[in-house]
Amino acid sequence: MTNLLIKADNVGIQFGGLKAVQGFDMYLNQGELVGLIGPNGAGKTTTFNMLTGVYQPTEGSITFDGKNLKGLQPYQVTKLGISRTFQNIRLFKDMTVLDNVKVANHNVAKHSIISSIFRLPSHFKGEADMDTQSIEFLKIFGLDKYKDEVAKNLPYGMQRRLEIARALAAKPKLLLLDEPAAGMNPQETQDLMDLIAFIREEFDLTILLIEHDMHLVMGICERIYVLDHGQLIADGLPEEIRSNPKVIEAYLGEEVVEDVKS
Amino acid sequence: MKKSKAFFGYSILALVIYVVVQVLLTTGMLDAYYENILITMCIHIMLAVSLHLVIGITGQFSIGHAGFMAVGAYVSAIATMNFGLPFPIAILIGAIFAGLAGLLVGVPTLRLKGDYLAIATLGFAEIIRIVFINLDYVGGAAGIVINQMTNWTYAFFGVVITILVISNFTNSRHGRGCISIREDEVAADAMGINTTYYKVVAFVIGSAFAGVAGAIYSHQFFFIQPTAFNFLKSFDILIFVVLGGLGSLSGSVIAAILLTVVSFYLQNFPETRMIIYSAVLIIIMLYRPTGLLGTKEVTQLFKFGKRGGSSA
Ligand SMILES: Nc1ncnc2c1ncn2[C@@H]1O[C@H](COP(=O)(O)OP(=O)(O)OP(=O)(O)O)[C@@H](O)[C@H]1O
Ligand SMILES: [Mg+2]
Repeated sequence: MTNLLIKADNVGIQFGGLKAVQGFDMYLNQGELVGLIGPNGAGKTTTFNMLTGVYQPTEGSITFDGKNLKGLQPYQVTKLGISRTFQNIRLFKDMTVLDNVKVANHNVAKHSIISSIFRLPSHFKGEADMDTQSIEFLKIFGLDKYKDEVAKNLPYGMQRRLEIARALAAKPKLLLLDEPAAGMNPQETQDLMDLIAFIREEFDLTILLIEHDMHLVMGICERIYVLDHGQLIADGLPEEIRSNPKVIEAYLGEEVVEDVKS
Repeated sequence: MKKSKAFFGYSILALVIYVVVQVLLTTGMLDAYYENILITMCIHIMLAVSLHLVIGITGQFSIGHAGFMAVGAYVSAIATMNFGLPFPIAILIGAIFAGLAGLLVGVPTLRLKGDYLAIATLGFAEIIRIVFINLDYVGGAAGIVINQMTNWTYAFFGVVITILVISNFTNSRHGRGCISIREDEVAADAMGINTTYYKVVAFVIGSAFAGVAGAIYSHQFFFIQPTAFNFLKSFDILIFVVLGGLGSLSGSVIAAILLTVVSFYLQNFPETRMIIYSAVLIIIMLYRPTGLLGTKEVTQLFKFGKRGGSSA
């Protein structure tokens, strides 16, 4: 028995005259790990932004866990259970590693502003709970040793991992990862993929993964959606995608463009 | 454990400062002139710390802090002079009205992305000043005469409460939410922080404590005039925060103390004062673009050998 977690119906968005994404249909079942791929500028990040409330789609609708996301602010979408990472790392640079995670853990504790100002018992209990939980998340990513380090001082690979740890601390049902392996070497990438497989089991997550690199996605994703020029050109099992002539053309087209550029 | 120890230490330190100054004042070793400097210092610290919460912690650029100070000053003066209310109650009422003014300015502007708050606060401060100029009930441009009720005790405990409330707020999940907005508003939003709510909360708390400072101020100098709360006053407060280092509470306190002393010595040359102020700002921007303490706190400077440390 599969449970539908999120469904996008004919979703589209227009920036001025540019139709960045149009007619986007997608569904994810609980527990799936699905890839969203496509060449540069295909509209992948824009799709994430629509799923998380950063952009309001100009057409279509998105239903998550039975609720329509229309008009919701990003923080409300996050509270419903969608959390994400960013293509260009967006950590809270001057905060410590631990505090980065604790920000996302914010809504787990319930103590009020009054309680914090007067340092009531509920404040101490809430903050202690957040500490323990956040450190657990850091441990999974091997970052607990660096908890008091300022985030911007971490090496690049760790910053990427911290972003995922932070996203997890928001207690999502659906995790959106925007090119989590970007800029990593093959070994780091492999470790990361293992980690993603692990957290998916551990936290009962559904994951949608953007990856530029098709080979990589083929390895871990159960299904794949392919965007090109804002339109879905294919979706299906990895082997179907691999042999899909439209996909090959889209990627080939890109390689030709890149060849011309260099 | 460690935290309560530090808190104990600070409480002792505060008490010692309070008692020593109180003794010096009652024995007459410090005269009225120095008492005046000390009280002004306290008022400036309250203004600096309250604006620090808005700019340094939450990253919202407010440049009309004197406007909220004015609300607290006038409302508390009306409370004591026209309604005969006790001074502590008047301070509270002044703070509440200043906080409400903050709510009025903050709600419509803080929902928008971009620096609308700067424009709105600047406008608000001017409007409030002009309202008081034209309000005969509070003496118009000539000002309003007020009995002196402020003393070292009120000023000092005003500072203690301001610092306690604002640092307790900052060092909690709520303050962390505010800092995350300063760091990256988009990411904060994506992590489930209701950014508009926290911007407004920080702004209202900041405004309320500017109101407390205003109340202490208006009951110190026998009378107040609208011109005391003009743009230059807002600018002075802004300098405390920037000079101290955006994000550093102790930095803003140190800057407020330092500049109060400097400006008392320059009192007889008001023109030079502004020039020196500007020169100081330029020099700081050139040599220490992050302010005296950056985002660090004084306590962190003594932890040598230990790297990192959280902001604020
Ligand atoms: N806020 C915006 N305003 C105008 N155009 C936008 C905006 N956001 C995205 N676009 C445009 O939408 C298109 C899709 O961009 P998007 O970032 O979604 O691509 P992508 O698939 O994530 O590409 P990449 O692999 O390079 O990350 C691009 O042409 C981009 O310029
Ligand atoms: Mg992208």
